[in-house]
Amino acid sequence: MPDGIVGNSVKRLEDAELLVGEARYVDDINPPGLLHASFVRSEFAHAKIKGIDLDAALNSPGVVAVYTLDQIMDVMTTDRVPATFPAPQPREEFGSYVLAHDEVCYVGEPLAMVIAQSRYEAEDAAALVNVDYDPLDAMTDCRSAAQPDASATDTRNKGNVFSSVSMGYGDCKSVFENAPNVISETLYQHRGVALSMECRGVVSSFDKRRGKLTIWASCQQPHGHKAILVDLLGLSEDQVRVIVPHLGGGFGPKLILYPEDASVSAASVKLGKPIKWIEDRREHLLTTTQERDQVWEVELAADREGRLLGLRGKLYHDQGAYTVRGTNIPFSAATTILGPYILPNYQIEVSVVHTNKVPSTSMRGAGHPQGNFTMERLIDRMAEKIGIDPAEIRSLNLIPSDSIPYEQPLRTQAGQRIIYDGGDYLKCQEELMRTLDYSGFSVRQQQAKSKGRYIGMAMANYVKPTGRGPFESGLVRIGTSGKVSVYTGAVAMGQGFRTAMAQICSEQLGIEPDDVIIVAGDTDTVSNGIGGFASRQTVCAGSAIHMASLKVRKKVVSVAAHLLEASEEDLELENGKVFVKGVPNMVVCFRDVANAVAGIPGVALPEGISAGLEAEVKFKPENVTYANGAHGCEVEVDPETGKVQILRYVVIHDSGRLINPLIVDGQVQGGITLGVGHALYEHMIYDENGNPLSTNLAEYLVPTAPEVPNYEIVHQISPTERNPIGVKGVGECGVMGVMPALLTAVENALQDFGVKLNSYPVTPAIIVEKVLEGGGYS
Amino acid sequence: MAYDFLDIKLIVNGEQVSARVPARMHLVDFLRMELELTGSHLGCEHGICGACSVRVDGVVVRGCLVLAAQCDGSDVLTIEGLSESKEVVDLQNTFVERNAMQCGFCTPGMLMTAAELLAKNDKMARNEIREFMSGNFCRCTGYHAIIDAIEITMEARREEERS
Repeated sequence: MPDGIVGNSVKRLEDAELLVGEARYVDDINPPGLLHASFVRSEFAHAKIKGIDLDAALNSPGVVAVYTLDQIMDVMTTDRVPATFPAPQPREEFGSYVLAHDEVCYVGEPLAMVIAQSRYEAEDAAALVNVDYDPLDAMTDCRSAAQPDASATDTRNKGNVFSSVSMGYGDCKSVFENAPNVISETLYQHRGVALSMECRGVVSSFDKRRGKLTIWASCQQPHGHKAILVDLLGLSEDQVRVIVPHLGGGFGPKLILYPEDASVSAASVKLGKPIKWIEDRREHLLTTTQERDQVWEVELAADREGRLLGLRGKLYHDQGAYTVRGTNIPFSAATTILGPYILPNYQIEVSVVHTNKVPSTSMRGAGHPQGNFTMERLIDRMAEKIGIDPAEIRSLNLIPSDSIPYEQPLRTQAGQRIIYDGGDYLKCQEELMRTLDYSGFSVRQQQAKSKGRYIGMAMANYVKPTGRGPFESGLVRIGTSGKVSVYTGAVAMGQGFRTAMAQICSEQLGIEPDDVIIVAGDTDTVSNGIGGFASRQTVCAGSAIHMASLKVRKKVVSVAAHLLEASEEDLELENGKVFVKGVPNMVVCFRDVANAVAGIPGVALPEGISAGLEAEVKFKPENVTYANGAHGCEVEVDPETGKVQILRYVVIHDSGRLINPLIVDGQVQGGITLGVGHALYEHMIYDENGNPLSTNLAEYLVPTAPEVPNYEIVHQISPTERNPIGVKGVGECGVMGVMPALLTAVENALQDFGVKLNSYPVTPAIIVEKVLEGGGYS
Repeated sequence: MAYDFLDIKLIVNGEQVSARVPARMHLVDFLRMELELTGSHLGCEHGICGACSVRVDGVVVRGCLVLAAQCDGSDVLTIEGLSESKEVVDLQNTFVERNAMQCGFCTPGMLMTAAELLAKNDKMARNEIREFMSGNFCRCTGYHAIIDAIEITMEARREEERS
């Protein structure tokens, strides 16, 4: 493919309406007769429900209905929301309840729903519902919950351990017996919330006369939502339409069909009225799925020079109260740990454990950052033990570029081989060191120290699978107006998806990107789709749209050749017109071509030409494609106050061919900032009884503009051969590497105090405590 | 439960508005629900995230922390009115140039605050711009491009003044 429109920083097509307040998010959708829902939520992390008294709420002004599970069971086929990720385990058995009825397993779990004329009145009435609880012991730590004698997190389950898996290769046992260098660490990784600026939300509208349910949802996979609702409500496919309006950020948790989506839809079917529910920020912090709580008990073995010999240990993954999306996170963590390194022996025992916290599902990175964190921290500790430079131990163990494609001796959860398909890891690291002036840092560090300043530097490498299948759909159509439309099952979540897809299509059809209409996130426009997650859409939808555009182009040329009585080889496409090379007056426009195959009643189509000017491709990648990069930073830490200032943050990033460099930079910058939040600020605090203590934005802190630096991003471009456009995914790559790089940099800055950081977030209070433990600052 | 209602008169985006509002209704709910001005967004409803920023009597405020009833007699400007006035059309263009928005949910609030900063007509360093914008959360961009856009616009305005 020639580089023209693709590869340039084309201005985003999305921006015009976002800038003037004309975008329509789910809360901006108000069908006539709209009612509003509010939820009654568990006040305990674990309790039996003895009774729910609805009387006062039913008599509250504006109330239309108050429902517990029993009262909506008549319109549902099951009381649990099916898991949305096909885990090897049964799908229904471990999902959330549509509404809890006999037992609650986390604070915020919905118990009852009020439908009223206004949100204000719905909330008033919800406050009047009286729930009689019998509190039970709650488990908040996944490692404790995994012990055989731990109290049950859910008395309806057989034990707290949802799943145990042993993964690995080689012979760790003998390697660890003989290795000259062995280190052992326990690392804690902390859960946080995605905190999309737009909270979750749904508008469900059941038209009783037509028997059709239309749902506008702030969600990342409309076709998945539709399939679940068809099952749950016992409807047929033609009866359910899911539309994703403007999405105010997703970052993972909006993949899930939540109890609120299910119960609001059930209530709409029951009442035959449109009902809206918009999550507030407190609900978001209580009930939107969270990620990253894991405990790793791991050992790393190396030879005398620092070559890795083996890694072994245990991984405890906190699954939260229910299993709502399978076990992809711990699996991905346990495979991505290998990263860009050669590791001859590996053995990990994975335990997926339920606790009395909100369920865990993917958030930007989906387990991959955890594996990366563990490996990078261990490598730094090993370098320290052996007494070699962190950069040196890395380059000693990196997979050399001439060994790529390189197969890691493991399989993914889906049984796929892990074969890295490109990238030059050493070159990335060396570019990072050059950009950071790594070699000159120790001198700068000493100079700073002489002035009483504590600065530190660190790096982290990563490899991240992107472009997950099984497929994505792309349908390209030129209508009788001559306009070009693209329909896809992928979802525009704010990344600039529409622009990138329009670039891919327009390049093949010889038009401008803003001449392409992108229709994404509507189940009535394409029959299948997978949606937005796993850094997959540019790879999968982009490839589908590219291939469909080529097919449409081919047909345009063939029909135009017929109309112009010219040879196909002599035709060119430009500005929505097809003309004979060198004969500009021999021309037809897309409109003519489309009308020629649109059909006139009773008149035969031209010989050998099929009807319509469209093509649909469902692109099926054979395997994921692996993006990679190197992160590095320089920080200054105030040992007295614990404040960390990031002085520089550099990313050398390789996600193959770039469709739109400006959009790619934006993805990387946003990803890093989430990582900064995880590393330094974002702390979802639960007390020992499972009560969340950080339920507003004054308590749950996220980075704002002054907390983050200007980012320096350098692109390496290793196009992949696993898709026709050579791209790898980028959405989650920015967050990879941030937590280990920042923690190691803080340790490096505070090495005089012997500060060791084995968990994040590293808040100022924690840093001050560690400095005091290390003798204090005077 | 009975609610108090109040009659208010105010100017919204240059137009006179009269309404009977529940005493407890906050300004952004009023703008969004009663006037269908849905450009102001609710991100937290406790005055932290800045997505609801609107201008009341010339000052940017958190629309979720102001009651509609408090705005009786006030002059309110939302993103719709700000855009219509062309006051920050240069900034809006620079937002596009720099890719300073992704999902766009924070963008109207971001522009309201940035408009206030630009109106001060001070020369500000990048870290001062960051400090000024610290009350507006963005979860997509990492702020880099937003600060770029504001800085470029500020410089361009000063350049224009000098010439």
